[in-house]
Amino acid sequence: MLSRTADHLFWMSRYTERAENTARLLDVNYQTSLLPQSDAVALVGWQGLISISELMPAYTEKYGEVNARDVMDFMVKDETNPSSIVSCLTAARENARAVRGTLTTELWETQNQTWLEVRRDLKAGVFERDPAAFFEWVKFHSHLSRGVTVGTMLMDEALYFMRLGTFLERADNTARMMDVKFHAVQSDFYGAASERDQEYDFYHWSAILRSVSGFEIYRKVYRDVIKPELVADLMMLRPDMPRSLLASLNEVVNNLGMLATERSGDTLRRAGKLCAELKYGHIDEILATGLHAYLTQFLDRVNDLGSHISRDFLVPLPN
Amino acid sequence: MTKFDEMYTSLPYEFFSGGEKIREHYKIYDEWLARQPGDMMATRREEAELIFRRVGITFAVYGDKDDTGAGTERLIPFDLIPRIIAAREWDELEKGLVQRVTALNRFIHDCYHDQEIFKAGVVPIEQVVGNAQFREEMVGVNVAGGVYSHISGVDIVRAVNAKGEPEYFVLEDNLRVPSGVSYMLENRKMSMRLFPGLFSAHKVAPVAHYPDLLLETLRDSSPATTAEPTVVVLTPGMHNSAYFEHAFLAQQMGVELVEGQDLFTRDQFLYMRTTRGPKRVDVIYRRVDDDFLDPKVFRPDSTLGCAGLMDVYRAGHVTICNAVGTGVADDKSIYPYVPRMIEFYLGEKPLLSNVPTLMCRNADDLLYTLDNLKDLVVKEVHGAGGYGMLVGPAATKAELEKFALVLRAHPENYIAQPTLSLSSCPTFVESGIAPRHIDLRPYVLSGKTVQLVPGGLTRVALKEGSLVVNSSQGGGTKDTWVLEQ
Repeated sequence: MLSRTADHLFWMSRYTERAENTARLLDVNYQTSLLPQSDAVALVGWQGLISISELMPAYTEKYGEVNARDVMDFMVKDETNPSSIVSCLTAARENARAVRGTLTTELWETQNQTWLEVRRDLKAGVFERDPAAFFEWVKFHSHLSRGVTVGTMLMDEALYFMRLGTFLERADNTARMMDVKFHAVQSDFYGAASERDQEYDFYHWSAILRSVSGFEIYRKVYRDVIKPELVADLMMLRPDMPRSLLASLNEVVNNLGMLATERSGDTLRRAGKLCAELKYGHIDEILATGLHAYLTQFLDRVNDLGSHISRDFLVPLPN
Repeated sequence: MTKFDEMYTSLPYEFFSGGEKIREHYKIYDEWLARQPGDMMATRREEAELIFRRVGITFAVYGDKDDTGAGTERLIPFDLIPRIIAAREWDELEKGLVQRVTALNRFIHDCYHDQEIFKAGVVPIEQVVGNAQFREEMVGVNVAGGVYSHISGVDIVRAVNAKGEPEYFVLEDNLRVPSGVSYMLENRKMSMRLFPGLFSAHKVAPVAHYPDLLLETLRDSSPATTAEPTVVVLTPGMHNSAYFEHAFLAQQMGVELVEGQDLFTRDQFLYMRTTRGPKRVDVIYRRVDDDFLDPKVFRPDSTLGCAGLMDVYRAGHVTICNAVGTGVADDKSIYPYVPRMIEFYLGEKPLLSNVPTLMCRNADDLLYTLDNLKDLVVKEVHGAGGYGMLVGPAATKAELEKFALVLRAHPENYIAQPTLSLSSCPTFVESGIAPRHIDLRPYVLSGKTVQLVPGGLTRVALKEGSLVVNSSQGGGTKDTWVLEQ
C-alpha cells in the first residue's frame, strides 16, 4: 500500500475517534454542570477541558475568560480550532476523500454523510437546542464509522492502519480525560470530608464513568460502591474494558504485529513494553507514585509511538 | 437553420401529444413519461441530488470559496430524461469512431517517426512541428504497441447536413486527458436506481464494464519488461476538479491512485513508495497534463509529476497513457485534416463527417469569417472547456466588434465553423420539460484492439437556446441509452 494512503487512513480514524472523545468529554462536563455545584468547581471543569487539549492560549486569544458557553462553542463548532468536533469530522472526511478509492463505498459514504450532516446541523442550530442530543449524535456516528469499517473493509493492511489509528488515539484520549477529571478533585481524592461532599463525589465519579460508557461495566465488574481507585483501575488496567488504556494498547500491539516489516521491530517492542507495564501494573502502585505523573509519561510514550509509526510506515522513504 | 429534436420529429413540440410525432425508439419512454404524476420528476430530481452529494460525486470549482472560506464542491446537474440512441445509429457511430481513432493514432506515430504524411503533402508540416503541442522529446521514441491515445473522447453532435437530414458530426477530438467518463457510469447507476421500471421496458445496452475494458487496455499497453504489469492512476490530487473521477476509476479497476509525491525513479525504472518499501510501476494512467509530468523535462516548477519520468519512459520501462505529445493531433488546427488522414493511413472513406471548418490562418478564410462573424462559431485553436470562443448569433454587437479585433491580430489562433443547430432533447428544467441542446462524448479505448462501450456522456446546455454544453459554463449531463436491437 502507498505510504501516503496509509497515512490518510491512519489519520482518518484518529480524527473520527478524537471527535467522539471530545463529545464524550464535553458531554460529561455538560451533565455535571447541571448538578448543584459551586461556580468555582464548574469553572475548574471547563478550564481543565481546554487545558488537556493544550488549547488554552488559542482559546484565551479568541474568547478571553473561560465560561461554559464559549468553551462549548470553541470545542464544538469553531472551525479555526483544529480540535473542535467540526474540525475533526472535516479532517476525517478530507482524509477519507484523499483515499476514497481505498475505502468501501459504504465507509466513504458514511464519512461523507457525517460531514455533510454535521455542517448542516450546526448551521441550523441543532447543537444549541439540545447539546446532549448533539453529543449523542457524534458518538453514534463514530460507532457507525467503526462498525462500517469492521463490517465492510477487506481485512488487510488498510484495515490495520485504520484500527491502529483508532486505538492509539483512544489511548491518548482516555489518558487525557482521566488526567483532567482526576486532577479536578485531587484534594478530595481519598474520600471527602462531609456527607454532602460524598454525595457530590458519587455524581462526579459516575459522570466520569458514563463518559467512557463505563457505569454499568463498573457495577458488573466490581459489584461495589463507586470508589475513585476502582474507577482508575477500570479506565487504565482492565483488559476487558473497551476504552481502557490496556485494552487500547492491546489493540495497538495486535495491529502493529499484523503490519510488521523488517523496519518496524523497535516500534513493536516499544508498544509491547508499554502494554506489558499496564498489564502487570497495579492501581495502588500507580496511585502511590502519582496518577498525574504516570499519565504524563504515558502520554509522552503514546506520542512517541505515533512518531515511530509515522517513520516506519507513513512518511515516504528517502530515495 | 432547421431545428430538430432527438425525441420528437418536429418542433416546437407539445408534450404528451399522444405519440404521433415521436421517433420510434423514444415511444416507450414518451408513453411512460405521460403517465407520471406532475410532481414525480421534481421529487426524483431532489432524490438524485441528495444521492450525488452523499456519494460525493462533485467537482471542485477553482477559486470558489463558501462563506467559511472552504473550497466548494459542486454537483454537475444531472437531467432525469435520458438521451436515447437507436441500435442502428449506434452501430454506424461506433464504426466511424473506431476508424477515426485508429487513424489518429497512426498520425501521431507518423508525426514522431517518418513523417510520411507531410512528405505526401496531405498535412502541411508547419501545422505540426511549429505547434506548441509537438513534443521534441518524443521524436523517434517507440511506445508500446504504437498506441498513443489509449483513451480518446470524441465530441459528437447531431445536426442537419447539407442535404437537410440529421447527421452525426465530429466536433472535436480529445486525445490528451479526456474526462467525464465517471459521469457516464454514475448517471446510469442513478437512472437505474430512480427508474428501475424503465430498464425492464427497454433493452438498454450496459456500460458498467467500462473500467474492465480500461484496465485491459492499460495492461495491454504495458512495456515488454514485465508479464504482470502494475498499473496506477496518477492524479494531481484531491483539489483537482476531476478528482472524483480519478479516485473512482482507480477504485473500479482496483489499482493504486498515486500523486507525484508517491513516485520516484531509480536506475531507469519507476517506483512508488509503499508501506513495504518501493514497488515498481509499469503503466501510468495519468490525469496530469504533459507540462507537469516531469520537472526535469517540462515545467521545472511542477510538483504534480515525477522527476526523471521521461528518461524511464524513453527507455521503454514504463508506459504513459495517454502518451506524451498526443496534443499534436487534437489541436483544432489539425482537426480539419482528420478526414484526409483516414484516407491516407487506412485507404478508407471517412464514416463520420467533420463540421466544415474555416482556418483563419488562410487569408480567404479569415476574410469570410470576419464578414460573417455574426453567423459563425469561432474557437481558439488551443482552447478547451468552452473558454475563449465566440458564438456569433448569441453575441452582442460590441462583443462581435471586440472579437474581430482579436481575430485580426492573431488569425492563426482561430478556426471558424457554421453555427450548427445542435439537436435538442427534452430536458427537465425549472419551467418544466423543454428542449435543450445536447452533444455526446463516447470514450474510445485503444489497446490491442480499439473498442468502446455502447454509450457515452451526453452533455446538455441548460440555458435556453445555449449551444455551450461545458460543465464550467452551466452545462449538465444526461444518461445515454443505446438500445439493443
